[in-house]
Amino acid sequence: MITFDDVTITYPGASTPTLTHVDLVIPEGELVLVVGRTGSGKTTLLRAINGLVPHFTGGTLAGRVIVDGRDTATHPPRELADLVGVVPQDPMSGFVTDTVEDELAYGMECLGIAPDVMRRRVEETLDLLGLADIRQRPLRSLSGGQRQRVAIGAVLAAHPRVLVLDEPTSALDPGAAEEVLAALQRLVHDLGVTVVMAEHRLERVVQYADMVVVVPGGDQRVRSGTPAEIMRSAPIAPPVVELGRLAGWQPLPLSVRDARRAAGPLRDLLVGRTPHLRAVPLKTRGLASTDDLVVRYGNHVALNHVSIDIAKGEIVALMGRNGAGKSTLLNAMVGVGPRGTGRVRVDGADPVALSGAALLRSVGLVPQEPGDLLESTTVADECRASDRDAECAPGTTRALLALMAPDIEDGTHPRDLSEGQRLLLVLCVILAARPPLLLLDEPTRGLDYPTKARLARVLTDLAEAGHAVMLATHDVELVAEVADRVVILAEGEVVADGPTTEVVTSSPMFAPQVAKILSPESWLTVDQVAGAMTADELDGVAG
Amino acid sequence: MGDRRWLHPGAWWVWALGLAAAASRTTNPLLLLLIITAAAVVVSARRPDAPWARSFGFFVRLGLIVIVVRVAVQVLFGAEIGTKVLIELPGIGLPTWLAGVRLGGDLTLESLLMALYDGLRLATILICVGAANSLASPTRLLKSVPAALYELGVSVVVTLTFTPQLVADVDRLATARRLRGRKTSGPRAIAGAAIPVLEGALERSVMLAAAMDSRGYGRRGTVSASARRTSSMLLLGGLVAACIGTYGLVSADAPVLLGLPMLGLGIAVAVSGVWLAGRASVRTSYRPDPWRAPEWLVSGAGVVAAGTFALAGWLAMPGLTASVDPPAWPQLPLLALAGVLIAMTPALTASPLPLSAVPPPRAPRTPRSPVEVTA
Repeated sequence: MITFDDVTITYPGASTPTLTHVDLVIPEGELVLVVGRTGSGKTTLLRAINGLVPHFTGGTLAGRVIVDGRDTATHPPRELADLVGVVPQDPMSGFVTDTVEDELAYGMECLGIAPDVMRRRVEETLDLLGLADIRQRPLRSLSGGQRQRVAIGAVLAAHPRVLVLDEPTSALDPGAAEEVLAALQRLVHDLGVTVVMAEHRLERVVQYADMVVVVPGGDQRVRSGTPAEIMRSAPIAPPVVELGRLAGWQPLPLSVRDARRAAGPLRDLLVGRTPHLRAVPLKTRGLASTDDLVVRYGNHVALNHVSIDIAKGEIVALMGRNGAGKSTLLNAMVGVGPRGTGRVRVDGADPVALSGAALLRSVGLVPQEPGDLLESTTVADECRASDRDAECAPGTTRALLALMAPDIEDGTHPRDLSEGQRLLLVLCVILAARPPLLLLDEPTRGLDYPTKARLARVLTDLAEAGHAVMLATHDVELVAEVADRVVILAEGEVVADGPTTEVVTSSPMFAPQVAKILSPESWLTVDQVAGAMTADELDGVAG
Repeated sequence: MGDRRWLHPGAWWVWALGLAAAASRTTNPLLLLLIITAAAVVVSARRPDAPWARSFGFFVRLGLIVIVVRVAVQVLFGAEIGTKVLIELPGIGLPTWLAGVRLGGDLTLESLLMALYDGLRLATILICVGAANSLASPTRLLKSVPAALYELGVSVVVTLTFTPQLVADVDRLATARRLRGRKTSGPRAIAGAAIPVLEGALERSVMLAAAMDSRGYGRRGTVSASARRTSSMLLLGGLVAACIGTYGLVSADAPVLLGLPMLGLGIAVAVSGVWLAGRASVRTSYRPDPWRAPEWLVSGAGVVAAGTFALAGWLAMPGLTASVDPPAWPQLPLLALAGVLIAMTPALTASPLPLSAVPPPRAPRTPRSPVEVTA
């Protein structure tokens, strides 16, 4: 269906090609997963399928990309629109109209499909993706999962044979992600659509894939193979695979279900042992708190009588659906956004009353789009500006950055940093004033596994040093790894608040893979399991 | 009342332009205020819940600014009319070559009223345009644009939808500045935020363009290059001819042939160009808005309103122009009054909006965020 024949892609102004000598054959009706580090060229590979690279982005493409017999060299994206549908990373950025129904029809209007056929296909697509109830809703009123499904439906209605998706689940809560993946699987199974998607959250998607394409970046060649083959040796793998490798399960399980079947002996072995947990000073609460906090946006109650309390040295994870009020709560704790009733205290003061360096010295927030905070043209300037803002000694921010991300150079423009690097830079900017309370909003969106691991280490170190950290996230694996306490919000209310192990193991939606595999025992991460086993046992199980 | 559905946006524009045409024919403040009321009544009855629909308030504020500016200009530079001096102000005599322009001088009631009425008329026209803006969805209007002009229309619509996002960006960056412990107001804050806001807008435009390209926007299908050239030549030639024709019509010493005949020819050629290009386009339209009884009633109301004012003017009915010198309480010509009342009927005759587009009832106002308060 899709053939890459010795493809090398070089962007204008770049000294080295982004992709070198890619040879790839994707058969019809496969669900293909593209994995690789941030900035390795995954998006470039995806965009080459419908000719956006190089027709739209510029640059040169050596070799040939052929989709269903059409060469992208002679067919610009618009002439491939009936064949390849592309869902962009941020669905909202690709919406052209205002309502769901119009958006579904837009692609077909461009292709000149007869009105009666169009009408029928819109109805079919509404049913296929479960959008019938929201057909007349304005697009901007939809939740993240709904938006993603509308974006998929909008390209699907034109009946493309190939569907290309760039991180379709990275901004979604676990429930919404499952909704989207179920829809994709239905397309592959029932309609024979070829699906190519890039995704960092392997734990969510690897079990559905028929084929995995690894884009290693640099000069290394692109590899492909079945998920089991690739996962056996991949440097990055979801927890289920890592546990499988640790325990030496054959064949290597890719889904929780397969792993549970193999996990009997391991469960027996672990009976009576407990995971090693970080000691948390739970008694010294009261560093920051909200008391009966209510926040409204117009008619919508975003936070409904929320009372929580955060201690020094504690890492609290804030979880819940998209739109449950997580960001609103974080914003309220730095005094941003509409002010409702109730009390917010951070380090003894109301954050609304603070500003400037005084605010920075009591609480810092890394927002969902960390890039918003960056205004300078080089990393060095940004660090100097940060020292000035925080009124701390010159060089403080730069020293922090050197510690956290030694690979960032002074002269780089912040926009040219990878997403992970940008996040770490902003984190350093915020930490320059050493706020006792650090808040992070969706820090792992778009981060690859190595960067995520680095962030997890940074957060744990900060907590050891006495900072309190609260992060809003959909990433259950990160929560399992770093959080001491989990607060779950639903419709603006706290529905669960307790130690991580208790809260997540009892919830099917928020449980990490290891907990699902080893339940009813409460183990959360592969590291915990490995730490509880002796060297002999490890060898024994593996043998 | 009819079914719940979107009214054809063209009907709203005909209605609003009719109302604006009526406003342009009068300086009677009572009539002008009535026209504004009519527009406001219809907008509040049929405005959907969408970002572009909030532009009415913006146009009302713009109208107020226009009035203030018009009065200020009158006070500063206006010619002296009338004798009822309200405030004595010093004036500067300007050299003779600037005859007719005056700086300062006594402020008379007559000149103040004249400026006020004049500004009010302009403001009313603006408010009528604002009413159309907040009633007619720009994207639905785009569907009714001839296929040949579609791509031109898209750029306008994209611009329109990006403006509210730009405002959202400014808010987001104000938040970001607070998080960095910086001032959220003042010239430095604005300068600091300007570049990220523009960068963001540009980035989004590029992303939208990529998305539109991949979905087949601007597909040419099987149309030959020569057919495309023919239609654009016709369009261009027709527009040039129409321009010459307009010049001929306006200019007193141009030959008669350059007037109406040239204008007519130009329009005919341009229309055929649009038609040809439209045939060449592969686009189709999904569920186009129909033009049925409610559309006739709404657009008719606008046309009738414009007609009554024109007729009143032609019959020289008293009260269409308010008397300034001497100042007198304006009369209300009944014919024009009837016209305004008819212009209010779309509040009832226009098809009601689909339930999903009806704005929710007003919530009690929440206090503004501290970021805005400090701004």
